[in-house]
Order: sequence, then C-alpha cells, then structure tokens
Amino acid sequence: MIYNILIGGAAGLGMETMALFLEKILKRKGFEIFVTQDYMSRVRGGHNFFQIRFGNETIDSHEDSLDGIIALDQETVNNHVNRLKNDGFVIADEEINSDYKNFYKLPLKSTANVIGNARIFGNIALGALLSLFNLDLNESVDIVNGKLSGEIASQNIKAFEEGHKMLNGKYEIQTERKEDYILINANEAIALSALASGLKFYSGYPMTPSTGIMNYLAAKMNDAEIIVEQAEDEIAAINMALGASIAGARAMTATSGGGFALMSETIGLAAMLEVPLVIVEAQRPGPATGFPTRTEQGDLKFAIFSSPSEIPKMVITLRDPEDAFYQTNRAFNIADKYQIPVILMSDQFLADSTRTVRAFDFSKINNNRYLSTETYSESNEYKRYEVTATGISPRIIPGSSADTRVLFDSDEHDQYGRITESGTVREIMHDKRLRKMRCLKEELQEPIFVGEENADILFVTWGSMSSPVKEAVNILNKESNDKYGALLFGDVWPLPDKLLINKRKNIKKIINVEQNATGQFASIIRECTGIVCDSCILKYDGRPLSAQEIIAKVKGGKST
Amino acid sequence: MSKTVFPNIETAWCPGCGNHSILSALKEALSILDKKPHEVLIVSGIGQAAKLPQYITTNGLSGLHGRGVPPAVAAKIVNNKLTVIVNSGDGDSYGEGGNHLIHNIRRNVDITHFVHDNQVYGLTKGQASPTSDVGYITDIQPNGSSNIPFNPILLAIALGCGFVARAFSGNREHLIELMLEGIRHKGYALIDILQPCVSFNKLNTYQWYKERVYKLGEEYDTGNKLLAMEKSMEWGEKIPIGIFYKEDKPDFHDKVGFLKEGLPLVDREIDLKKYMNS
Repeated sequence: MIYNILIGGAAGLGMETMALFLEKILKRKGFEIFVTQDYMSRVRGGHNFFQIRFGNETIDSHEDSLDGIIALDQETVNNHVNRLKNDGFVIADEEINSDYKNFYKLPLKSTANVIGNARIFGNIALGALLSLFNLDLNESVDIVNGKLSGEIASQNIKAFEEGHKMLNGKYEIQTERKEDYILINANEAIALSALASGLKFYSGYPMTPSTGIMNYLAAKMNDAEIIVEQAEDEIAAINMALGASIAGARAMTATSGGGFALMSETIGLAAMLEVPLVIVEAQRPGPATGFPTRTEQGDLKFAIFSSPSEIPKMVITLRDPEDAFYQTNRAFNIADKYQIPVILMSDQFLADSTRTVRAFDFSKINNNRYLSTETYSESNEYKRYEVTATGISPRIIPGSSADTRVLFDSDEHDQYGRITESGTVREIMHDKRLRKMRCLKEELQEPIFVGEENADILFVTWGSMSSPVKEAVNILNKESNDKYGALLFGDVWPLPDKLLINKRKNIKKIINVEQNATGQFASIIRECTGIVCDSCILKYDGRPLSAQEIIAKVKGGKST
Repeated sequence: MSKTVFPNIETAWCPGCGNHSILSALKEALSILDKKPHEVLIVSGIGQAAKLPQYITTNGLSGLHGRGVPPAVAAKIVNNKLTVIVNSGDGDSYGEGGNHLIHNIRRNVDITHFVHDNQVYGLTKGQASPTSDVGYITDIQPNGSSNIPFNPILLAIALGCGFVARAFSGNREHLIELMLEGIRHKGYALIDILQPCVSFNKLNTYQWYKERVYKLGEEYDTGNKLLAMEKSMEWGEKIPIGIFYKEDKPDFHDKVGFLKEGLPLVDREIDLKKYMNS
C-alpha cells in the first residue's frame, strides 16, 4: 500500500520543517518514502508544496493523484483538491473552506495559540494526520528534539500530541522497522560521495538547484578538513577547482545551466591542460534565469558539447540518489584516470526529492588517483603530455618530485608543455587528447534495462526520468496487453550503444521520454547509432513528469 | 648547496620589451630566495606577459585570459609549500580578470601578483588597456581612449590589500627588491610593474617613464593608509614607485583553523569511516 500526501501553503509557514518531521517519523517507522518539492522563487508568500509518498512497498517515483492534503492556507485547497483520489481527505484549519466531502476542519490555529506559539499549527495537523493513519507518536519526541531545543521543542511536541487527539484512525498501514536504509536526496548523496572520494576542495557560486551540495559540504568543512569556498562568480569557481586539481587535490564545482554556461570555456581548458575535474550540472528550465526553482532536462546537448573545439569529456546523468552516490565516486576516478572533465548531470526534481534508499555500501568506494610513480631525471625528463597509445600521459603533482617541473599551457603545446606553432605537433596532440575517448568507451556502463525481456515497446530515457519511467513500465506491464521495457541511461557521453543496438532488433516501437521540448537524447542516439526513435513523450512545463502522465500518453496515443 | 641558476630560454617577446627585464629580475629574486624550480608555481592568464611561465624552469600554468588568479590561489590553498606567483599583463589582470583581482585581495591568500603594466594590449596588437592614459589613440580608439584610467594601487589599498607596490622595469635593482618583499609578504601582494611596450605604446615610452618615476623615500610611512591613498593618486609629471602600503594581517590559511598548522591539505589522508551514512 502506498499513500500520497500533500502539504501546501505560502513560503515562510514552516512547511520545510513539517516535511522534515514527517519524513523522519515515517522513515523511522520503516516506511519507504519519496518526497518531491514544488516551490516558487521567493522567500515569503506565494504557493509552495511538498508531496510525501509513503508506503510498505517499493516506491519508484512521485505521483500526481493524492490521498490527502494538509492545507495551511486556502490557496492549497483551491489548487489541489481536484487531484484527490476517490475518498481522499483534507486537513485544514477551521477558517479554511471547502465543500469536499472528507474535509477535516480542525482548530489548528486556536490550539496553537493556546499552546503559546502561533507558528506551530502545522505540526498539530501532522499529529492529526498520523492519528488518521493509526500511527503513534513514539518517534516524534526524539525527532523534534533532534532539530529543536528548549521551550520551542516542548511546544512542537505538544502540538503533535494535541493534533493526535483530534482525529480517529481511518487507514491501516503496517510495516516493519528496517535498519539498513537511509533518507537522502541527490544533492546530499553527491556531496557525501565526494567526501568519501577524498574531495579536498569545493568552490561554487550559489545557484538553485545545485546549492544544496555546497550547503552539505560546508556543514562538514571543519570536521572533514576540506575547503568549501564561495567564489566571486562561476568562472572563478571552476578555475579555482582547476587550480586545486593541478596542485593535486580532488576538486569539484556545481552549478545550474546559467552558471555552467560561464564555466564552459574552462571545461575546454581542463581538457587542454589534461587536468581532472568534476562538475555537477543541476538543471533547471532555461535559458537565462528561466524557472529558477523548477525542473527540466534541457541542458543535455549543451553539456555534451560544452567547450570550443573538440575535447575528450564524459557526461554521466544521475538516475536517483543511490546512483548519484556511486556515480560521483566513479566520476572522480574517471576524471583522474583520463585527466579529463567529467560532468554529472542532475536536475531540480532529483536534487530536491528526498527518498529512502538502501544504506550506501562504502566498501564500493574506490579511490584511485592514477599518479605516476616513476622517478624522473635529466636523462629521463618528465613529459607532462607524453604521447602514448591510450592518450593518457603520466601525471605528477607540481612540487611533489624534486627537480621535476610540471608545465601546463592552454596554448597548443608539445609533449613538455612548451608552446608550439607546428601543424604536425597540433595534429599529434589533438589526436592524443581525443584518443582517450576510445579507451573511455571500453569502460562505459550500458543503460539499465527494466520490464519484459521480450518487450514490444521500449522507452529510452536518461537521468532523473528513470524513476517515473520505471514505475510506468511496471504499471503498464500489469495493466496492458502490450509488453513494455525501458532503457534507463546513466552514461550518455560517450554513448554506450551496445544494449540499445541489440534491443532494437526485436522492438516494434521506441519512445524517448525526456523533460525537454526537442528530444535531445533521441537526437544524440540518432547521431551516435543511426537509431531513430519512433515517438516521444516530452514535458517542459517545469514540473516533473510522472508515471501516470507517461501511462496516459501511451494509452491515449498521445506520444508524438 | 649552490643557489639555483635559472637558465635562459628563448622568448617570443620583441627586443627591448620590458618583459625581458621583469623575467630576469624574477629569476634573480627566486635565486636570492634560494627557491628550487619545483618549489615554485608561476601562473598566468593570456597575453604577452602571460607567456612568462614558458620562459622559466619552475612549474608553470598558463590558463585562460583573465583567469590566472583563481587557479593560483586554489593551488596555494591546497599546497602552501609551493611559492605561488602570478605574472600577467594589465589587460589580463585589470580588464578580463578584474573581478578576480578584487575578490582575491579580499580572500588574502599568500600569493604574489606581478602585473606587467604597459598600458596597452600587446598580443592583440595595440588596443587601449584599462590603464591607458586618456587621449591615447589606437586603431579602435581613433578619438583617443576616453575612459577614466584604472588605478590598481588605489583600488588595492581601498580593498585592504596588505602589500601594494609599484615598480618600473627599467629600474632592475629596485624591482628585485620589491619582488623579494612581495614574495616574502604573507598574504596577497600586488606589484604593478610599469614597462614600456616598444611596438605599440609610443606614448608611454621607456624615456617617458624614466623621466617621471621616482622612488618613495625612506621617510615615507608604508603603514599610513590615508597617505598611501593620496600618494597612489599621483600620476603625471611625477610617478612614485616603491611600496605604497604594507600591513600584516591574517592570511587565508590563518583564517581557516584546520589549515593553520599541519600538513598541506593535499598531503592529508581521508578517513572514510567518518562519512559512513552520516
């Protein structure tokens, strides 16, 4: 059984704390959780909401239809009541009006005033919600005390208790406590993995939805002894990360599309200087400022081609928080091995959705720096850009080896890093750099296949859309006579094409599912393999595509 | 052990260019400081001056135009055993890289920034630079440069820079002296080095500078900020050179507790257990 609850209201009403409390309570009780956020680009007012989906079975994605609403204001009821399933419910204060049948008008605000803190009326609603699901308050005290202290904490606890008395149990949902899973979003998973990967230097400029990465790292800065530096702009951010990497530290920066545009010249520089660099691109709808707090997958081609000229580069798209954790570590290792920029692509949907996932397996974290261990001398002079069969040159860190100098130059250069004007040397060095892509292709990860092995209809998707597509495939295979499958791509550049080419042979129809208007991934597939997708499901209104929308489009023949 | 002699490497600079004497002075300063080539990282952006890392046997990095300072400070932050120096031009440091200059003075990482200031763009053949004098005529400023000239000395003092100096490439001994002081200074040190551009700047020639520059005297108080600001505005018939302002203040490493002591960040081990499901 899975339920979907919306908490909505104006910014500044404390929804973030409410969502946090509810997530943690449900998680401690042992439920699976999938939380998405919808918020406006403002600090106070407007209309924001959280959707908390929880249950005692696997939850692959978010859902549009709702089982219940906690409305902190009238607008929440007006906006969302038509999304309630049959027999849904609304919990709201008595001053809020609706003719919806299961409308629990409760004295939230007056009770909060009696407790002595008008701001805590939302927690009274949470108490009522838990009661409605026959869930006790055993974990609440602990969780509130973990976040708050003193009188504020006692008032919050009292709010839960008062609310709990207001409603009787209506729903029954049982689960067992599980110890081996955690509650995390992709920003946190990326940051945690970066720490475990030995990150020493993070420089960034705040930009939604990437800022959560910097927040997480900054909180750990002193304990972990890493530098988290707010740069003067995104150009400085990436150039600082580059400098730290040159000096031997694992370094990372993160941004969204606009900031990434400013970084693009330095992505080329990192490839030219052959310096490892990990860049997170958390997409939002653009161009320019676009929809600052919403989601899109519109930067795929921009990320793949983000540099003047032609460079070796890898683009990994992140499918979910668990994937984000393991892929971030892999990105650091690939950047070090090939001495190239590696771009990790996320988006607002992924960055801001909190989920329960299996506890990360740190034994899978593997940190290999691929540094040269050779001793260099006058007779065996170090060549920063030694031409090799793989295109990868031995790397040493400036200052680490006596009498060995390391020379990096953004001008075309010879094997020693000395500027050249020679056409022959240019061709040799350009080939050498691009040759790394050949080796990189050998260690690509093929997409994950889900669904029926002998599927007739195949979805192809990438990154965050993997979650709703996976859920859609599961539902369609239960409800429909057609057989569905999906390829969920993580690596997208270079494009792993073996599984797709193999599947193509027996598939009747390929549908690409993407959150952009032009089907960018389908275009990349066509460029790299010649395979043409037969139809597409695209969404670019800034809101995450759901499994239900995919199913509706497939059933209604609305995929175009 | 004998001091390092930095060998000569053929350059692509014009004969008579001020860059030659700046490079020679830098080699001398590093030799006096007993620096080995692998202990030094020289960083630049792009431009004629920015070719300098190619002409010295230390570690070198030429990055993007205007972007020399950010990688330089980051390299120093993670490895404070390295002596990190930025050598770049006025267009690179004050034009394209202006934002980085401003905020890295504020950041106060222990690097030395030598700006080869010839008041003109050399690599792109003779356009006005931020420090060009008003009325300076070029191909794309046919009516003469009309922008207010950038005053790096005044700007740096105003931003709280702990070491602000001006040198002249034609006064080698004095230049070496300032370079030594700048490198020894703990924190961001800015030295604006006036130099002639024999190919494109027919206004601010060697002779022009020679007639105008004078050394700040022994009586000049380098700890007086207001006086330094006043002095920094002197430009025309007389141009002061020397240390305008000097102040010891906590640098970046002092300000970040865990960097203050111990191994350079790059040499520290990570403890994976610390992060497990934290």
